[in-house]
Amino acid sequence: MSVATTTVPGHAGEHHGEHHPAGILRWLTTTNHKDIGTMYLTFALTMFFVGGAMILAVRAELWQPGLQLMKPEFFNQLIGIHALVMIFAALMPAATGFANWQIPLMIGAPDMALPRVNNWGFWLLPPAAILLTLPFTLALFGIGDGALATGWTFYAPLSVQGGLGVDFAIFAVHILGVSSILGSINIIVTIFNMRAPGMTMMKLPLFAWGWLITAFLLIATIPVLAGAVTMLLTDRHFGTHFFDAAGGGDPILFQHLFWFFGHPEVYILLLPVWGLMPHVLATFSRKPIYGYKAQVYGFIGIGVLSVIVWAHHFFTVGMPVPALIYFMFSTMAISLPLAVLFFCWIATMWKGAMSFETPMLFATGFIVLFGIAGLTGLVLADVAADAQYHHSYFVVAHFHYALFAGGIMGVMTGVYYWLPKWTGHMYDEKLGKWHFWLTVVSFNLTFIPQFFLGLAGMPRRIPDYALQFTEFNMISTVAAFILGLSQLLFAYNIWKCVKGGPKASDKVWEGAEGLEWQLPSPPPYHSWETQPVVK
Amino acid sequence: MKTLVRLAQLLAALSPLPALADYKWNFPEPVTPIARDTLHIHNEFMLIITALFLVVFAIMIYSMVKHRKSLGHQPAKFTGPTGRIQWFWAFVPFAILLFIDFVLMGIPAVHAIIDMEDTKNKADMVLKVTGMQWKWQYEYPEAGVKFISTLSTPREQIENKAAKGEHYLLEVDNPVVLPVGKKVRVLLTSTDVIHTWWVPQFGVKRDAIPGFLRETWVKIEKPGIYRGQCAELCGKDHGYMPVEVHAVPEPEYLAWLDKKKSEQAAAAGGADRAWSKDELLAKGKEVYEKQCAVCHQPEGQGLPPAFPALKGSKIVNGPLLSPAGKIIADSHVDRVMNGKAGTAMQAFKNTLSDVELASVITFERNALGNSKGDMIQPAQIKSLR
Repeated sequence: MSVATTTVPGHAGEHHGEHHPAGILRWLTTTNHKDIGTMYLTFALTMFFVGGAMILAVRAELWQPGLQLMKPEFFNQLIGIHALVMIFAALMPAATGFANWQIPLMIGAPDMALPRVNNWGFWLLPPAAILLTLPFTLALFGIGDGALATGWTFYAPLSVQGGLGVDFAIFAVHILGVSSILGSINIIVTIFNMRAPGMTMMKLPLFAWGWLITAFLLIATIPVLAGAVTMLLTDRHFGTHFFDAAGGGDPILFQHLFWFFGHPEVYILLLPVWGLMPHVLATFSRKPIYGYKAQVYGFIGIGVLSVIVWAHHFFTVGMPVPALIYFMFSTMAISLPLAVLFFCWIATMWKGAMSFETPMLFATGFIVLFGIAGLTGLVLADVAADAQYHHSYFVVAHFHYALFAGGIMGVMTGVYYWLPKWTGHMYDEKLGKWHFWLTVVSFNLTFIPQFFLGLAGMPRRIPDYALQFTEFNMISTVAAFILGLSQLLFAYNIWKCVKGGPKASDKVWEGAEGLEWQLPSPPPYHSWETQPVVK
Repeated sequence: MKTLVRLAQLLAALSPLPALADYKWNFPEPVTPIARDTLHIHNEFMLIITALFLVVFAIMIYSMVKHRKSLGHQPAKFTGPTGRIQWFWAFVPFAILLFIDFVLMGIPAVHAIIDMEDTKNKADMVLKVTGMQWKWQYEYPEAGVKFISTLSTPREQIENKAAKGEHYLLEVDNPVVLPVGKKVRVLLTSTDVIHTWWVPQFGVKRDAIPGFLRETWVKIEKPGIYRGQCAELCGKDHGYMPVEVHAVPEPEYLAWLDKKKSEQAAAAGGADRAWSKDELLAKGKEVYEKQCAVCHQPEGQGLPPAFPALKGSKIVNGPLLSPAGKIIADSHVDRVMNGKAGTAMQAFKNTLSDVELASVITFERNALGNSKGDMIQPAQIKSLR
């Protein structure tokens, strides 16, 4: 995209001051998109380690058959809270952090459209995270019986039976939902109203496009989840029977409502990453993005399809044949727009002049591993084979390829790509490469065995297993610990980069294109006070 | 898939780990028409997606090797297809994918689904499976036989105090017996939360949903013992409710059914005679250990707050029956027979016999640190139903 700026980019000379209080008050009261972005990202990284520690405890228990470290009740709490923390408190806030930092910089806006909403959107997160994890602590003092123990899906009637932890999780989900909707409204309003003059919707950076679709999906589906968990709450405490057959309800209704949110949620997590990928690939291939329009239409197509395929998450509940066939074929249809994205990613690389700095390594690793997620997803859509895959470790492996390789490695791509811009320092390239290779190898060693465990018949969410599953579980556990520990390198590299390091140029990367690279590194506290003009 | 399997075997042969011979790389051997269908479809799909994976990423990796800055490759400038021929080639991969999705994968899948859901045609018999926390109840409605099947792996093995047996966690006290070569219509339901009945070798996985009937079918082609597990998280002991099916020739099945019938008749007959307290206590201990100890614990101390203690419990130590001999609401007998809604405490009158109920109630009132001294007769339970 060609850009002509009418003034010195962003850095208006008369505003030196960063007018904000110092210390904790700065962060509590800030309405600055960069501050809020930083808080989202810091929160996400912290919760990533919390969720990771939980699952390492689970993997340690699964090291061998028998109960070694924990009781089944506690095991069940760990798996559910791990998922909720990783999805709602790590991956989603990380993507929102990116949006806060990058969307104003990329579209030439001085800030987000609704800065106070933005502040509130973030500060709802810590209380929600506390609500999610507090029941563990309360149980230590003999109050309640610990956290939600139903898995992250809250399936009724198991969740109707559960203890205090279920109520805590319900309220946490409510608060997280409000936060997500506020963030989404802000992003939509910002993109629609605050683009630089001349930046039409079809010149909008793909990252912003991906987020735009995510924001609409959040607004469409979060209320459904909020409704479902509220119905659960009234079933639990006020004698309603939404999910109880004895009172005319239906437990499967809960699954329909949950997955009406839950399936789009997968794309909510992935669309920001898909939006980011073309930028990274184009930068390090030194070549323009291939198929911009096709990718925009691909995003929209996936967004629309994602809300009409939900029932493929519970084929085994027993559905009429026409429903099975409809949900199977509509799910398979998603492979087409997804293939468009893969096609464009590879075509962007094709005949470029590639170099493989850490962000590019993560981006290519993402494409390959997310490809495995997509392909195994295609076979999971098949009702006949799904009867064997469903509820087994095959599914566990599949969605970790989608959400770790597709989601978290995508976030890591973004962090390495933009960190020099945000901090003004280059990160440690050698450390970044170590982080990449350790992550990729240990990730595959963790989850490939789980595909085979699933095929051999190991159900998910069991604290103890039959002897034939031992060896694969051992490999998976060892690799999971390597994977977890390698992430310390990531945290250390970020820390080091924030503290100092070689000075990053404004453009940072030789092949970088877009408005954000015209600002200094780091960009001033208030950027794009005079909007650039895009031709 | 064959190549994959071979590759895997090669890797296995090269690996230094000794136990690799035990590794399972694919579905276990199928023994029903559905399982064979499923395995066939799965193998075909794995081949397709492996081919797709290899082709797509071979192109990408070729590009990554050849189109490098360090090799002096000059970047091209194209941003999309130009001209008819390029557009044509850009659409070819999608046409292929469309064909794979809806024809190559879609058509066999539709046939398999229709076959899978055809539970009623030419069914020879019905097996009703009821999931409950954390055991399965099997019922043969035509024969009137009904029994509960629970995990038989000793607690010591789970707690690592004894060596684990060959079928650790996959063995039960009362296996379900089915005739070979007969189409069995399986009806599923649950008394508490959602469970999933899964035997991998049957290719069958179906949820058992409280308040609803779901169905599936099996036609076992080969005699043998087939093992599976509950596949839907159903609470604390989700990992400890296995399925064990013995598939036998029909005459053997009929003999087994007769034996079960007479056993059941003998047990029911017991309800009409008066039982001594010692008899009830002995029987009650046995029932308690099987049915109640998972939650209320072997010594009756429970796991509060979810599973209350019976030792010193107000309910257990309350009055037995009203002066008129009726059930008092929320009393001990009421709880055991009718359960407590919204909790894991189920209505045991649906699953236990009169003798079992009478003996376990008597046991709980006179053991586990309680000493009420009273007792209830199986005949009384019978009249209270």
